[in-house]
Amino acid sequence: MQITTQQLIALLPLLITSATIVAVMLGIAWKRNHSLTFILSVSGLNLALLSVIPAAKVAPLAVTPLLQMDSFAAFYTALILVATLACVTLIHAYMGDKSGTPGYPGNREEMYLLILLATAGALVLVGAQHLAGLFIGLELLSVPVYGMVAYAFFNRRSLEAGIKYMVLSAAGSAFLLFGMALLYAESGSLSFASLGNALAPDGVQGSLIHVGIGLMLIGLAFKLSLVPFHLWTPDVYEGAPAPVSAFLATASKVAVFAVLLRLYQISPATSGGWLNDLLSLIAVASILLGNLLALLQSNLKRLLGYSSIAHFGYLLVALIASEGMAVEAIGVYLASYVLTSLGAFGVITLMSTPYSGRDADALYEYRGLFWRRPYLTAVLTTMMLSLAGIPLTAGFIGKFYVIAAGVESGLWWLLAALVIGSAIGVYYYLRVTVTLYLVEPKLQRRDAPLRWNLGSGGIMLLLIALLAFGLGVYPQPLLELVQQSGLLVG
Amino acid sequence: MILPWLILIPFIGGLLCWQGERFGTTLPRWIALLTMSLLLVLGLWLWATGDYTLAPAPGAAPLWTSEFRLSWIERFGIEVHLALDGLSILMVVLTGLLGVLSVLCSWKEIQQKVGFFHLNLMWILGGVVGVFLAVDLFLFFFFWEMMLVPMYFLIALWGHSGSTGSTRITAATKFFIFTQASGLVMLVAILGLVFVHYSQTGVLTFNYADLLKTQLEPGTEFLLMLGFFISFAVKFPVIPVHSWLPDAHAQAPTAGSVDLAGILLKTAAYGLLRFALPLFPNASAEFAPIAMGLGVFAIVYGALVSFAQTDIKRLVAYSSVSHMGFILIAIYSGSQIALQGAVVQMIAHGLSAAALFILCGQLYERLHTRDMREMGGIWGRMPWLPAVSLFFAAAALGLPGTGNFVGEFLVLIGTFPQAPWITVLASTGLVLGSVYSLIMIHRAYFGPARAEGALLGLNTRELSMVLGLAGLLILLGVYPQPVLDTSAASMQGVQQWLSTALTQLVSAR
Repeated sequence: MQITTQQLIALLPLLITSATIVAVMLGIAWKRNHSLTFILSVSGLNLALLSVIPAAKVAPLAVTPLLQMDSFAAFYTALILVATLACVTLIHAYMGDKSGTPGYPGNREEMYLLILLATAGALVLVGAQHLAGLFIGLELLSVPVYGMVAYAFFNRRSLEAGIKYMVLSAAGSAFLLFGMALLYAESGSLSFASLGNALAPDGVQGSLIHVGIGLMLIGLAFKLSLVPFHLWTPDVYEGAPAPVSAFLATASKVAVFAVLLRLYQISPATSGGWLNDLLSLIAVASILLGNLLALLQSNLKRLLGYSSIAHFGYLLVALIASEGMAVEAIGVYLASYVLTSLGAFGVITLMSTPYSGRDADALYEYRGLFWRRPYLTAVLTTMMLSLAGIPLTAGFIGKFYVIAAGVESGLWWLLAALVIGSAIGVYYYLRVTVTLYLVEPKLQRRDAPLRWNLGSGGIMLLLIALLAFGLGVYPQPLLELVQQSGLLVG
Repeated sequence: MILPWLILIPFIGGLLCWQGERFGTTLPRWIALLTMSLLLVLGLWLWATGDYTLAPAPGAAPLWTSEFRLSWIERFGIEVHLALDGLSILMVVLTGLLGVLSVLCSWKEIQQKVGFFHLNLMWILGGVVGVFLAVDLFLFFFFWEMMLVPMYFLIALWGHSGSTGSTRITAATKFFIFTQASGLVMLVAILGLVFVHYSQTGVLTFNYADLLKTQLEPGTEFLLMLGFFISFAVKFPVIPVHSWLPDAHAQAPTAGSVDLAGILLKTAAYGLLRFALPLFPNASAEFAPIAMGLGVFAIVYGALVSFAQTDIKRLVAYSSVSHMGFILIAIYSGSQIALQGAVVQMIAHGLSAAALFILCGQLYERLHTRDMREMGGIWGRMPWLPAVSLFFAAAALGLPGTGNFVGEFLVLIGTFPQAPWITVLASTGLVLGSVYSLIMIHRAYFGPARAEGALLGLNTRELSMVLGLAGLLILLGVYPQPVLDTSAASMQGVQQWLSTALTQLVSAR
């Protein structure tokens, strides 16, 4: 098979990321240096992000039967790279630097290697147009994350979370593989498009197909932590180091959702009513259960974990709508969600910076933060309001879009669940917010470093908050971007 | 071009207040006072110079006294579209006036986090002005939801912790959840309307003027109307969904109560008049008996529950429920006189409720309790305050000579030809009103004194606030004509929408 220059350009983001991985690996082998590794990773990721522009110019283009570079993939590639960049910056702050503070006691550099590997997996995933590509991407994304979750292995919780994630994620992958095998047995093909043709209503209609699709759905639902496959989420979010939780909540989930969206749009098996019913059920359960369980949390990371379950329930509403502006709605919602989650986990990261055993994630540690770190509190407030979907934040635009998609398709029951879920959600987001402003207790506490806003992590966080606010006030640029990245079906 | 400034001034002023705290706690107060005075003066100037015979009416493109359009989110055809007519300008002036008062009444009460307090206060008022000016449904919803956040902070951070177990944070959260959830129902209804319009014309727009032309199936119209009504009913508040109001009032700081009773509740009435009725006239006509029934129930129930309160702020809060019931009846009566009465009642209640809450606040600053069982005999212990309270209690019960009388009288006389029984039942509200108003005066100010010694008298700031309000209320009572003239055109439009639909409904039966 011949690979043309055009195809190489289309693949450029992935190629640059992979080259960065090799460079970082060699760099670590040559000389261990935290700052050097960080700079290498960041410049590689930035280059990859820049190369999305030429790649988007040649799109749509199929590169090998496995991957497809179209404007949809370009948008999600960019989103994932931005999220990874933010996470890498946070990791750098979290691990601590050499000046004075001890920071993370073990080897720091491998973390960058792992996150870059996972990112490469995510990039494969958003471009996948073949079940083999999907599986390669998913595993390349998941396996390094086991290591990242357990990276703070001195800490029992981190280790436990890593093992838990590994076992459950492997179980999810097994379901996925089995589902793929059944689909292959029935249709004789693995590419999305020919699967779609084979499974069209007038095509093959074996009972194995239903089982196969169901099993694949279970596998993906594991990764997206949708109810009832959500049990790992709070524990892993709590146990993992804060920047890793940020990566899990953003880049990892975005990639899986993007591939689910592509599969759902291309494979007409979705036109069968039962899959929609099943997804609706999962959506309602995720929204209600995620929000209700989040009410009971007093740990910020667990709370965000449960809230992410609910948010992916909202996204499923748009996925089920699947026509009109649904694809756009998902793009906008994911972009705003990524921004918001990065901000929220970013604040937790900076509060826990530099690494010292346990992360500052208990809610009481944030009491009265406003009177000590006003700007950091403003960031977290914006993020909480954005998660709750209050106007003047990006989250509101996302929620507006999802509701619009739901109304357009007349999904009244799902919208009812969404409204109830949001009402419940407001309660715990506000609880967090108001805690920040209460009078501070006379307890010993941890705080972000005094000059937190001078580091790269702090600057990035302020930028994210400004962006979340700016997109809430004037979302037109984001909407245009997403509009151009529609998914061409067929 | 002046309309966006009406909204921007409070927002910018709020930010200045926040940063002004660096230079001491007095500066934010002065900045806030200046900001609100500016808003008030601008409002008055617009009132004096504008032509308020222009207002939206059925059958033609809406006419406005003043209009501002700016493209915002093109994907959905959303614009920053502001417009002013007689109804809006009255509400904006009321907002400016109560804004000035709420800054003044917190001058001594708020001593902590002064800058941040005024930031929230200014942003509430900016959001409220936005609600009164927006004629793009998305923009309207945007402001409608946005003003909740600073209000939440106001109650949660500067509120008084409660009398019986309920804390200020619980009250604030309850307020927020009630209004936010019902707001989302309205968002769904707005989007439903927009997509119906889209399927008919192929144009995606949130513009009021365009959406007025939408042809709706009766069933759809009723559901969409209900979506709007639920949201407004929660803010109004109508009885089954009112339970956030007394809690929020009881725990809120004085300025919060003043804004809540004075203007936030009025946004609901404004929303019904501006959006729910004109957009869905047929469904509203069909729904009118139920809405009026809810109004009567609110009047009687609010008055009875008010009578049973021991917390003076809760008493005033429940009396608001009762008074807002009159407005609800008037809105759905389809009579021009009653609608005019509703406008006067909105302003009069805004003034009198604000004054009563300010007085409660002043009392609280002196006695540190809101429990009327621990008051009593205050008449002999301090000058001015009891007498002024008596005046406003009399105003609240609708004594002739005050604006409340004009409002309630017009509402009742206008509604009588349409719905005599409703009117008869609603009139009992006046009787019950005098019962709870006088019992409040009796319990708090007469009877045996609980403690000896004189209380600190009112200073000039405190006295001028309440006397000013009293003066305005009397002015509104003896010469309401300027207000009536200003709102006449707007109310005529609303009346035409509803009465056409009402006649059609009657002839269909």
